[in-house]
Amino acid sequence: MISAEEVRKIASLARLNVDSDDLSRLSRELGTILDYIKQIEAVDTGEAQPMSHVHGIVNVFREDNVTPSLDSEELLKNAPDYCGRFIRVPLIVE
Amino acid sequence: MKDGREYEAVIGLEAHLQLATSSKIFCGSSTKFGAEPNMFIDPLTLGLPGCLPVLNRRVVEYAIMLGLALNCEIRPFSRFARKHYFYPDLPKGYQISQHEEPICERGHLDISVEGATRTIGIKRIHMEEDAGKNIHDLRSSSSLVDLNRAGIPLLEIVSEPDLRTPAEAAAYLKTLRQIARYLGISQALMEEGSLRCDANISLRPVGELKFGVRCEIKNLNSFKFVERALEFEIARQRAILKSGRPVAQETMLFDGVNGITRPMRAKEESNDYRYFPDPDLPPLLVEESWIEEIRRWLPKLPEQVKQELCQVYGLSAYDAEVLTAEKAYVDYFYSVFDVCSNAKAACNWITSELFGALKRAGLNIERCPVPARHLGELIKLVEAEVISGKMAKSVFTEMWISSRSPQEIVKAKGLVQITDEAVILKLVQQVFNENPAQLTEYVDGNDGLHGYMVGKVMKAAKGNANPKKVNELIKREIARLRGANR
Amino acid sequence: MTELCHLSLSEIRSGLHQGTFSAAELTEAFLKRIDNHRVLNAFIEVLADSARKEAQLCDTRLKRRERAPLLGVPLAIKDMILTAGTRTTCASRMLKDFVAPYDATVTQELKSAGAVCLGKTNMDEFAMGSSNENSAFGAVRNPWNLERVSGGSSGGSAAAVAQRLCAGALGTDTGGSVRQPAAFCGVVGIKPTYGRVSRYGVVAFASSLDQVGVLASNVRDAAILTGVISGYDPLDSTSVNQVVPNFEAHLGQEIKSLKIGIPDEYFIPGMSAEVEKIIKQALKKLEDLGAELVRVGLPHTNVAVPTYYILAPAEASSNLARYDGVRYGRRAADIKDLDELYFRSRSEGFGAEVKRRIIIGTYVLSRGYYDQFYLKAQKVRSLIARDFKCAFERHCDLIACPTAPSSAFRLGEKISDPLAMYLSDVFTIPANLAGLPALSIPCGFDSSDLPVGLQLIGKPWDESTLFKAAYAYESATEWHKRLPPEAGAGPTF
Repeated sequence: MISAEEVRKIASLARLNVDSDDLSRLSRELGTILDYIKQIEAVDTGEAQPMSHVHGIVNVFREDNVTPSLDSEELLKNAPDYCGRFIRVPLIVE
Repeated sequence: MKDGREYEAVIGLEAHLQLATSSKIFCGSSTKFGAEPNMFIDPLTLGLPGCLPVLNRRVVEYAIMLGLALNCEIRPFSRFARKHYFYPDLPKGYQISQHEEPICERGHLDISVEGATRTIGIKRIHMEEDAGKNIHDLRSSSSLVDLNRAGIPLLEIVSEPDLRTPAEAAAYLKTLRQIARYLGISQALMEEGSLRCDANISLRPVGELKFGVRCEIKNLNSFKFVERALEFEIARQRAILKSGRPVAQETMLFDGVNGITRPMRAKEESNDYRYFPDPDLPPLLVEESWIEEIRRWLPKLPEQVKQELCQVYGLSAYDAEVLTAEKAYVDYFYSVFDVCSNAKAACNWITSELFGALKRAGLNIERCPVPARHLGELIKLVEAEVISGKMAKSVFTEMWISSRSPQEIVKAKGLVQITDEAVILKLVQQVFNENPAQLTEYVDGNDGLHGYMVGKVMKAAKGNANPKKVNELIKREIARLRGANR
Repeated sequence: MTELCHLSLSEIRSGLHQGTFSAAELTEAFLKRIDNHRVLNAFIEVLADSARKEAQLCDTRLKRRERAPLLGVPLAIKDMILTAGTRTTCASRMLKDFVAPYDATVTQELKSAGAVCLGKTNMDEFAMGSSNENSAFGAVRNPWNLERVSGGSSGGSAAAVAQRLCAGALGTDTGGSVRQPAAFCGVVGIKPTYGRVSRYGVVAFASSLDQVGVLASNVRDAAILTGVISGYDPLDSTSVNQVVPNFEAHLGQEIKSLKIGIPDEYFIPGMSAEVEKIIKQALKKLEDLGAELVRVGLPHTNVAVPTYYILAPAEASSNLARYDGVRYGRRAADIKDLDELYFRSRSEGFGAEVKRRIIIGTYVLSRGYYDQFYLKAQKVRSLIARDFKCAFERHCDLIACPTAPSSAFRLGEKISDPLAMYLSDVFTIPANLAGLPALSIPCGFDSSDLPVGLQLIGKPWDESTLFKAAYAYESATEWHKRLPPEAGAGPTF
């Protein structure tokens, strides 16, 4: 079960709008899914450690060498809005 | 209800140190400062689909070095975590940082303020990537994003809330800076942004153990700003508490122009960064052998160098303090000493003449036009009495301008001090001949005319005669003449 | 010309080497076939011009007697994998016009091997789905029955291989996205061991689960392609420096005394009785070939799907945070302020399933829920991995089971019931959670003439045993020789 309010809050954290029309459907769907995944609460995990890397590898490094960058002109052209060499967005208000 | 109690400040600092590696922490783009905007771009820096991070080993080395220098425990097992928030200068929508398992913990740093030493606890040190930069253009109502800085390695150093005064806070930062520069891991310049600081401050009644409500202060761009901001904040919070009201937990920005702190615009729902271990980066297993290896070649720290300068080189504590302010000064001193083997002279020349000249020219020692070995040779010339101390000062000036060696300059200008007795004697006799009246007076008993004679001889020698010899010879001649008169 | 397209990849390879036909002819034949089967909607973008140019270059090299493992072989690449200079859309409005500035490592490997890229295949948006109905470019139709789904998320690649629109294809598999569509479309699909194939340049969905996989019309072809894309990549910190054996080496060897584990938990109520019967027949066949079937227990199987649907959305919500319209991709029009830039670009750019998963993922990572969901799921995951480890250590060399609980369902049948959709991954998810290699091989047809797939799951790094067993089965059966009906060209969905 998840309230519409909570759905809105979580969606907002992820920068997603939810239409009022969609809100009840989404709450229902999410509620069903959340109830389903809650099953794991019943599992006795005992001493099990959380698994982040399936093969347990450690210490993967690279050396401190400079490698050539991509063509920044090319990349800037792909920016939805740019100004000179800067990527442009609406004013950030602190 | 007014509060008549005395309050003490409880201050903790969060410092960020930008590391001086050649490439970024998770990719090979350059970390060079001052380039054109968006010059050092690669898939990871841009947060392109499909990009993956690979950890720069040197960053881990530097983290361990700092951890050792700050007496920390180096965690055998640590991980990277993703810290999520949305901001235009954060390309992936998350920052790769460390959360529950930072690489270093539980250390301490000794600081000295007005002669007193205090030990400040270090809670943790962790590695993370820097974000890009935003420039705000009010005219066009837009912000401009430059991602060169995104991905540059940072070490975040969190202190325990052990600091009690703004002066201590500044001293802590300065010591941290000094250590970072001695280790060679960072430029640690606040004005360039390679050392940044946020402060947390709360007040509590003296004797109280519980912490009061704390405020965070951001935008502290210099040591001065840190002190002033904390001073203002202490006054502000004290006024509130004394009037019986509670302090509100806020994040403040320091306004350097007006010297005040003011609350930042309320941020979105209290930051839920949704930390979780980064699945793209395997964990770190730091073995004892690696730590020992780093410990072996760890550069000497300021305290150690200071002690050496006093005990081995015989400098005063004060002199050692001045010289160790920067590792570059000490390195320069060692080089001068290597040539002239006179620690005291080397120290004096560096701290007075050299520092003076650097200050006037607005240079730092890395750009000093006088190579250390030249200064060493100059000192040797003075000791060998080839030139006088006074003459050496003008030779130094010439060295500064021309970057030529002292020997070259002395030779070119014919400044070699005259020490040959025969030559000086000739000059003395020349002066005696040219000043018969004074000579007679002197011989008759007026010793006050000694200085006059010395002056005349020095003038005749164009200032180049060895003063000691001049003195000796004049006195000898006068004595001879006086004896002859009997 | 059509016959050319019905040759296997290895036959195509030798045909090119022997000069029986040219790369240009071959590419042209495939392009024509793709055009004739537009109704399947298997491709998001057909790269006809560049394919022709590449084929010409291949012919020049072939004439010079140059040798490369895939020289002149036309393949398709799932649109989740970056191909420099052409669009990579992930079947999303968010990246509709995104042109990749760099190649994925696997793309580079195919290029170095001399392959010709025919185009980018359709998929579920950002690889999230099990039916290929979640694409901004329309659903993919199953070549065996146009009213059925192709499976997902690599539906386009599976359909293309099944209908012989390419000699093989790359897909990605996070919870079954190569194997399940392979089963639904009657082709071979393999997800190698996690860390076997580089993820660099592969758009990330769930980083600890994603692997690039291969779809082909027969086992040998799959083995060849898997060999080309496998290998350690220093650009991917999760890729493992493990020697890549010659995956073709054991093909044709007997499987006598091979111990095949049959998990009790994989024959569940609610799975299609027909599928169950077909699978059991396939297992009998393996026994006839000399393998020894042993029962094994994988006790945590029943919590694999909930575990997956915590971990995968969590990682996805994080990996998709970068799609914000700031530096590339879709930026909403006429935005007033920064908030609007984020909210509208993302809300307009992502489809419903993607949004659902991002919200679930955000939820399970959020303060107050992290421990009970995400952290717990990570622990359960290690138990699931341990189940397999024990089974392999004590009882068997590989595990056999169904790939999917049913054959291809109807278009639109499950789309309004997300949970029902998720449950179709019940057999494939565990191998992703445990990082094990797994493949699906055609093993029959149900009464609706829809393909059914048998899944083989192996020990870490032991793709060779999977190929060996699959090849033995394939050699003793004819399923892989059946072709789907030709489709007429028509309007796309």
